[in-house]
Order: sequence, then C-alpha cells, then structure tokens
Amino acid sequence: MTEQFEPTIIGFTCNWCSYRAADLAGTSRMKYAPNVRLIRMMCSGRLDPTFVLRALSGGADGVMITGCHPGECHYIEQNYKALRRFLLLRRVLTGLGIEPERVKLVWASAAEGARFASETTAFVEEIRKLGPLNWGKPVAALENLQEEVSKLEEVPA
Amino acid sequence: MTVNGKKPKFAMYWAASCGGCEIAVLNTHEKILDVDANFEVVFWPVAMDAKYKDVEAMEDGSILLTLFNGGIRNAENEHLAKLLRKKSKILVAFGSCACEGCIPGLANLSSTKEIFDTYYETVSTDNPNHFRPQYEYKMPEGEISIPKFYPVLKTLDQVVDVDYYMPGCPPESHQIAAVIDLVIKVVKGEAELPPKGAVIGVGNSTVCDECPRARNVKLIKEFRRIQDIAPADPTLCLLEQGIPCNGPATRSGCNARCPIAGAQCIGCYGPAEGVMDYGARLMTAFASVIDAIAPEEIDRILDGIPDPVGQVYRFNLAGSLLKAAKSAWIKEKV
Repeated sequence: MTEQFEPTIIGFTCNWCSYRAADLAGTSRMKYAPNVRLIRMMCSGRLDPTFVLRALSGGADGVMITGCHPGECHYIEQNYKALRRFLLLRRVLTGLGIEPERVKLVWASAAEGARFASETTAFVEEIRKLGPLNWGKPVAALENLQEEVSKLEEVPA
Repeated sequence: MTVNGKKPKFAMYWAASCGGCEIAVLNTHEKILDVDANFEVVFWPVAMDAKYKDVEAMEDGSILLTLFNGGIRNAENEHLAKLLRKKSKILVAFGSCACEGCIPGLANLSSTKEIFDTYYETVSTDNPNHFRPQYEYKMPEGEISIPKFYPVLKTLDQVVDVDYYMPGCPPESHQIAAVIDLVIKVVKGEAELPPKGAVIGVGNSTVCDECPRARNVKLIKEFRRIQDIAPADPTLCLLEQGIPCNGPATRSGCNARCPIAGAQCIGCYGPAEGVMDYGARLMTAFASVIDAIAPEEIDRILDGIPDPVGQVYRFNLAGSLLKAAKSAWIKEKV
C-alpha cells in the first residue's frame, strides 16, 4: 500500500481574530487536520507576499492566509490590503505555473473556532488532491543545481 | 601606478547578455583611459583578442578585478564563471543579468522545448529541414561539441561566490566611473573596499526617492498603460496616474532617469536595500494603492496589469525566491 501524501501547510493568522479562532478550536477540543503550521502576525495586513513565496520555495505545499472578516479588522482596514495582495499574488503564481488553489484566504472571527477547523481540514484535503508542490525538488534531477537545493533544505522549518 | 613594479590586472567577461554593459563601460568616456593607465587589461573578449587557454594559464588570484556581466545560460558560461572566480581577487556581478537574471532570465518562464521551438521553428526562421543543434557530433576528423544549454538561467551567485554586486541594465556610466575611481584609490592605499557582498555603484533608497514627480495620496481605480494616456501629467507621480511604475521596489542609483523622461520605472536596478524578493515588494506596493475593497472590483482593477509576472519580475525572475516557472524545471529532450 502506498503511503498517503501529507501536505505541509503554512498558515498565517492574525492576532485578534483568526489566531483566537484557532485557539478556540483547540480549547474546544475540535479535531482538524494537523498539517498546518501556524504563524501568528499582529494583522493579516502584515502579510508580505514574500512570506508566501518563501514558504512555497522552502517546501510548503500550500499556504493559508487568515484574518478578520471584512469590516472587522482591529486596525480598521488592513485586511482589505491582505485581500488585494492575495488577489494579485494569485495571478503571479498562476503565471509561474503554480495552481492558485495552493494559496487560500480565510476570514475567521475569534468566535469561529469551528469554521477555522473545518476550513483548515477542507484546505488540507484540497492540497492533498493537488499533490506535492516540490518546488525546487525537480531541480535535484538536474546537474549543477544540487548545491542550491541542499542550501534550500538547510533553511530551518 | 604600479604594485611591485606591475600594474594590477583587469578582466571583463560577458556570459548570457546583450553587450549593453560593455557599451556602458565605454560610455564612461575619458574614464576608460584611467582603466588603461591603472590596469593591465588581460581578458576582455569584446575589446581585445584573448583565448580561454590564456586565462587558464594564469596564476590563481592573479587578476585583481573582474567585471562579470551576463547570466549563466549554458555550460560555457558556467565554466568561465568558475574559471574567472579562481583567477580573480575581486569578482563583481556586473549588471542586472549577472545580479538577478534580467531579460534573459524571463526565459525561465518557458521550458527548453518551448525556447528551442520559438528559436528554430517560428515563422521568422527559415529552417525547412528542421535542424536542431546537436551537443556532440562525430566528424571524420574527430568528435566536436557545443556547450550544453541549461533548463533555467542562473544568476552568477547561484554558480560561484560573488564579492560585489553592481546592478542596472546597464549600470549607469557615472556609477561605473565612481567605482573605477574607488578601486584605483584602493590600489593606491587611499581608500578601503566595501564589505564583501555589498551592492556597489548604487543609492541606498528607492527610485521614488530620486524622482522629482509630486506625490500625494495614491488611490487607483484603474491601471493604465502609459501609451493609453495622452499625455501623462509630467509633474505628477506616474503610479498615482494609474501607470504601474516599479519605482517603489527598485533601488536608487540611476537618478530616476525613466520617470524624468516620462516613462515608468521598469525596475532594472533591482530590489531596494533589504528586499528579499523584488516581485513580492512590488505586489505589496501595487496592492496598497488600489482603491477598492470588493473582490470583484479589485479583480477588475488588476485586469489592468495584463502580464503580472512580466510586470513584477521583468529583471528579477532568475534571482527571485521561486527562480523560474514550473514548466522550466521539467527536464526533457529537445
């Protein structure tokens, strides 16, 4: 039997809503896919597309960006900034041959632990269907780029 | 000026490039005479005759300064990069191609097959017998070969250790002159070299900082191409007028030549200080000025940038975090 592919997902959460949603999911003993590694930011507006590109080039199969619902941002309107960056980033990723579905934007309020858990599980299943991204890994098959790949793999998770 | 009775040695090489960097060096006008007066030019294929075996015969570290322009597109480029690294004390990635891939790096959006099909089979090419290059060929006299073409273009520092970076497509001549002056001073013991890895011949801010156009509040309802606006306001920030200008992410050093001339910055000076991924920084800048909060409206405005990858990575794809499109990584027979 072949082993099931377990995607590596990096999740960015905002301090005021989605991180608390994740927290609530945990304290409420809700079950959700363990594939996501969460990184807390003060606000989804802090999300620099660099973070997403770094994650994808460093071995992540998908990236989940989460923030407060539109109109509910702790910093008034920064989640709209995240939305605009996300929409532009998806276009660039498509141009580079990366399935745009590998980056997802989820709004979750501090009360929506269940939503956070179900959206995470749904995303993991979607990425599982897409398969590994393996960015930079096909490179290993090419001569001369070996060294570069070993450098990429040294980046701490 | 001499060191131990001998002038220090200078070399310049072009790998995958257009030759514009060499022109920029010649554009330093009389400063080029200072190069000749202070250095012994040992290797510079565009300016003088020299053979690779002459370089191979040189003592390791015997060339003081090598300006290397062009990206690493094939095995010959890589061989020369490694050879010149071994022979040089100071190796400078000179120009946008060597630093971050530049226009040749945009080939990283295509597979090798697509590149060769375009080169050998399109309407403008007369190739009725469908000839393709063979890397090795047996002749009666023996086997001959040409350098292998790599699936992706690499930057110089993805192949060898680089001491300094000098971006620009091409680097501005006044910046080149200043760097030549500095190296001459260093040789005379009057100045010190910048720390290894430094970006030289540049400013430490963004093109916007050098741009004289007036900046107010940027709120964009529509991205437009500069040729669709006639004429653009010559005193107002181009981005404010909806023209995707790459100034906010681009390193200063060119004196904002393009915006002053009435064209948008296209980013040839590369990422500003502290920017890890040029395209990401530019996406941030563009996304911040869009005046919309509804996804449909934002998407409509983004439609005004018809080629997002070309817009944000025109000069930087090979040196970006993702380096190439997925299709370019695929190894295939061509």
